[in-house]
Amino acid sequence: MNKTVRITLAALLSVGLAACASKQAVKPQPEQTPPPPPPVATAPVASGKYTPADLDTDPCLRQRSIYFDFDKADIKPQFQQIVACQAKYLVDRPEARMTLEGNTDERGTREYNLGLGERRAKSVASALEALGASAGQITVVSYGKERPVCREHNETCWAKNRRVDLVYTAK
Amino acid sequence: MMIRHLKAFLAAALVAAVSAIVPAGVPAARAQSLTLDIVNGVPSAIPITIVPFAFESAATPPATDVSEVIRNDLARSGKFRTLGRQDIVETPTRGSEIKFPTWKLLKQDFIVVGRERDTGGGQVRVDFELWDVTKQQQLLSLAYTALPADLRGVAHQIADQIYQKIIGVPGAFYTRIAYVTAVGVGKGLQYSLIVADSDGYNPQVVVHSLQPLLSPAWSPDGKKLAYVSFEHGDSAVYMQDLATGARQLISARKGINGAPSFSPDGTKLAMCLSYGGNPEIYVMDLATRQLTQLTHSMSINTEPRWMPDGQSIVFTSDRSGKPQLYQEPLSGGGATRITFQGEYNANVAINYDASQFAMVQGSGNVYRIAVMDRKLGDQLRFLSPGPMDESPSFAPNGSMLLYAASEGTRGVLYSVSDDGRIRQRLSLANGDVQSPSWGPYRQH
Repeated sequence: MNKTVRITLAALLSVGLAACASKQAVKPQPEQTPPPPPPVATAPVASGKYTPADLDTDPCLRQRSIYFDFDKADIKPQFQQIVACQAKYLVDRPEARMTLEGNTDERGTREYNLGLGERRAKSVASALEALGASAGQITVVSYGKERPVCREHNETCWAKNRRVDLVYTAK
Repeated sequence: MMIRHLKAFLAAALVAAVSAIVPAGVPAARAQSLTLDIVNGVPSAIPITIVPFAFESAATPPATDVSEVIRNDLARSGKFRTLGRQDIVETPTRGSEIKFPTWKLLKQDFIVVGRERDTGGGQVRVDFELWDVTKQQQLLSLAYTALPADLRGVAHQIADQIYQKIIGVPGAFYTRIAYVTAVGVGKGLQYSLIVADSDGYNPQVVVHSLQPLLSPAWSPDGKKLAYVSFEHGDSAVYMQDLATGARQLISARKGINGAPSFSPDGTKLAMCLSYGGNPEIYVMDLATRQLTQLTHSMSINTEPRWMPDGQSIVFTSDRSGKPQLYQEPLSGGGATRITFQGEYNANVAINYDASQFAMVQGSGNVYRIAVMDRKLGDQLRFLSPGPMDESPSFAPNGSMLLYAASEGTRGVLYSVSDDGRIRQRLSLANGDVQSPSWGPYRQH
């Protein structure tokens, strides 16, 4: 039988490099009125309503993460604009569906953080619904601290992990 | 004090090969072994010599060094200081060969001698004797017969016998642990729920997943694990039979399905479920699948653990603002807060007689394993240095704990003696180890 398995530094490093995606905390952005639809016959005529194409182009709609303070679930003022434009999209597109994925930083226990991640996702769901989105459009899931985007033990990293990701499952 | 009788004779010595089976479609796999390193020693521990066992047959000796496994077990417990091999100047293999003045000179209190031989049919017989050096008195003389592949199990049972004879409580070396490994990066990250011997050897994969696995919980008979899996996108609780691999979905309700914990009689499973709108503690009768809601508070209530008498549950709740431990009888009547020291207390582990409550205590950015002594006015002692320690779990005899820690960006496990004086790291060469859970005594 194999007596001892040695730790290799290389293996340690490979874990260390686990994608520290540089998703910066998003800055508040004024909600932008979508540009008038191009004069194409098939395009909807009614202006002022979001279309699926806006998800990739609209500067506000493109922001799909909301960040939180430690052990908190209230939406900070700088993220209200994002919530507002995402809510408008859901109102404009009743067929759209969204999953809110709640996440936490590594501090605290796994199961408590499942609760905290859910609390954050539900906080965003409530805000979207208060602005007219239908509860039936929104699914909440909590990953707790199981899906960090950054794995270092410092506040910069923790701030990136304390987030709710807004994921459209139907546009 | 709970007393458990250990059968120690020939028949019992046949260690059942643990073949954890992976659910349908996934081939059973042998997992990578954890690496063991002892971190510090205890100068006040009992000095004992385990003399290398002689192999007295002409055949090739088995690969397992039984005496070395015994020596490591006893050293790991923190209760013993074992004489290093280089200091073992004589190698008696039976009591009649022990020259006691030699071992007195080496300041040894106890000595273990033994021998192995081929008994035909591929089996090996291991004889050992435990002697008190000062009294020159034999304390134990037992024999085990087993297949070579099962000799580590025999060694753990011998260590348990020695531990019980000298310390007075059953040893817990012949037990198993469960833990989760995460290997790979990004989309290639693979989670595995593993069951291994208490020293990390013989790892067997229980289940693989590309999504997170967490919170394994042992059934009291050691035959099943309940755990949380995200394999279908959201959390769900499963229960799996370790011998057959048969798996049952216990709960995949809307919201959180987490933190499973078996009742001491194995008939019920406490969980955290949030389908009612808020994470609350529920108790499921496993025969009828009927759920009873225990807690009712507009806060996070999770990490239920049963008191040994099965009459109440201790859990984490942030109803007072920050997570603290509460206790609530199954009969209802509301929860009583039991932790008041420290801003963050969560994830309780309760020893066999409920005299010791281990928990994760957070202070600032440092999370350590603390043990609250319920017989000493809830006096608190810290077992781990932090900064990101969690998931404490007692050995069934309460003498050691397992917990998860973070070193760099790597997750590792530690076993630690209940006085915190000796720690042993269990790590994986190429991945994270997390969510440990120490299993019950094995049934012979």
